Amino acid sequence: MTSARLAFKQPSILPGFGLSFGFTLAYLGLIVLFPLAVLILKSAGLGWTEFWRLALDPRTVAALRLSFGASAIAAAINLVFGLLIAWVLVRYRFVGRRLIDAMIDLPFALPTAVAGIALTAIYAPNGWVGQFFAPLGIKIAYTPLGAVVALVFVSLPFVVRTVEPVLAEIDREREEAAATLGASRLLTVWRVVLPSLVPALLTGFTLALARSIGEYGSVIFIAGNIPYVSEIAPLLIVIRLEEFDYPAATAIAAMMLGISFVLLLTINLIGAWSRRRFGHAV
Amino acid sequence: MDIRIQKVSKAFDRFPALHDVSLSIRSGELIALLGPSGSGKTTLLRLIAGLEALDAGRIHFGDTDASHLSVQERNVGFVFQHYALFKHMSVLDNIGFGLAVRPWRTRPSGAEIHRRAEALLELIQLPGLGHRFPAQLSGGQRQRIALARALAIEPRVLLLDEPFGALDAKVRKDLRRWLRELHDETGHTTVFVTHDQEEAMELADRVVVMSNGRIEQIGTADEIYDSPASPFVFSFIGASNALKVTIEYGRIHHAGQPLALPKGDAAVPDGPAKLYLRPHDLRLTDDGAGAIRGIVTGTRRTSGTRLLEIEVGPQRERLEVEVPVSATIAARETVTLRPERWQLYSDA
Repeated sequence: MTSARLAFKQPSILPGFGLSFGFTLAYLGLIVLFPLAVLILKSAGLGWTEFWRLALDPRTVAALRLSFGASAIAAAINLVFGLLIAWVLVRYRFVGRRLIDAMIDLPFALPTAVAGIALTAIYAPNGWVGQFFAPLGIKIAYTPLGAVVALVFVSLPFVVRTVEPVLAEIDREREEAAATLGASRLLTVWRVVLPSLVPALLTGFTLALARSIGEYGSVIFIAGNIPYVSEIAPLLIVIRLEEFDYPAATAIAAMMLGISFVLLLTINLIGAWSRRRFGHAV
Repeated sequence: MDIRIQKVSKAFDRFPALHDVSLSIRSGELIALLGPSGSGKTTLLRLIAGLEALDAGRIHFGDTDASHLSVQERNVGFVFQHYALFKHMSVLDNIGFGLAVRPWRTRPSGAEIHRRAEALLELIQLPGLGHRFPAQLSGGQRQRIALARALAIEPRVLLLDEPFGALDAKVRKDLRRWLRELHDETGHTTVFVTHDQEEAMELADRVVVMSNGRIEQIGTADEIYDSPASPFVFSFIGASNALKVTIEYGRIHHAGQPLALPKGDAAVPDGPAKLYLRPHDLRLTDDGAGAIRGIVTGTRRTSGTRLLEIEVGPQRERLEVEVPVSATIAARETVTLRPERWQLYSDA
């Protein structure tokens, strides 16, 4: 019916739409939109030419590239290993499973600066792990590689936690059906199990990515913060602020906001498509 | 292909699911495994498929010892109660899955897989639905797709686990007839699990009645209904009444009174026994000598007949008797009953 379709709200027997929707809008407005709007307003005050001059400054571009690049790599690494951990936790029963399960969330609870310092100590050329890489000419701490390591650490729980419940819900009969049809275990996982995990994997990837882009505390300790090389965008914002160069800080922040928004919107659209494609309806 | 199951046992976490079960299934036969939940029927089916590992015993497919073959190697078509279709694949991809995952040496070409999937869609009478997704189909259609998917791999045997259990009564009846026709057309050796006795008796060549991990009886619908091998089969298949009786010197006594029934051919020793009677095998009679006497406590109209509930003897055992709809019998009336057919099982 056209009239129903045009209506803002679909008819529903569930009461309270006005109140809850109003609250949602007010809350989102106050907590999320208002600060972002102020940010955009501030950067708009710069004028186009000034904004682009600041935003495309080579040091800023290098910092943005590292922030988004390292975050994407970290999220991709966690996509693979997060799935593996979720698989082990859901599919197998072993002594200490609950302990490992509880450990997954530790990166959330730990102050990120502490994580950064600990990782630096381990991955430094004379550290426990770093000493094995140093002879091979691989430096981890004080390089962009260190930033990736830190981001992998802080964003680990996202993929595990989003995939775990979906994997637990998966009906084993489909895998048995694939087996009776002659599919090997590997083919079954690849062609039957993984497709139904795609939406959850994508959500986990998005969360890990978003968390990594915004990460500050752990990275600044391990990355070395060499301008143009291992300096992340959030740190550059802080540096500009300390120099009282508010326009530059605003411009970098606006760039991060814009890129993040486009990125998250794209992933969400892919997610919506994948849910239709690999949908949960029976 | 014939299936021989020899002395198969299976336990889950030390909880026994099957004890020493043996069964021979002839090539091309349609067999029903019938029993209440927990009787082991699904476990037996899954053991044949290789979805569970045997604890003891052997399973042969024709001349091949399949006991330790993997599921993949057994080449069985398995249909699940809840279809287990791959929801992210189109109907055609679902049906062609078993061919598409073959090793490349034996895998047909993409066009050939497509052609065979289309032919199977034709066979299950759902042409033109190939590009739909499972979520867009009704339960009955999904189950037929699941069957086509199982048939696509040209299985040695077809195994169905409560295939119609999730469908409503009308669809279930239609699919039952359709499955019988399909079976007669394709000639696959087929084993299906059901807890619906009507389904088992109507569809199967032979019914295997199971209880507590054992086979109670194997036989045609006539055999298991007319000559049940055990009290369990008698009471599980169809409506039944049971009376506690004692055998003295070869004669049946109920509540101290001899019944005018020959003991029959069953060799039941003297002592306590149980007399099993079908509601439609009891006749109202005027001749009270040696008959069962009881008081009518209620009547119920079912579709084609009327059921009398009767209390019998000092222990007020309850009997159900089928009478014509035209019979006018009031509650509290005393009636006498003469069994036309019965089964006697020792209660020792």
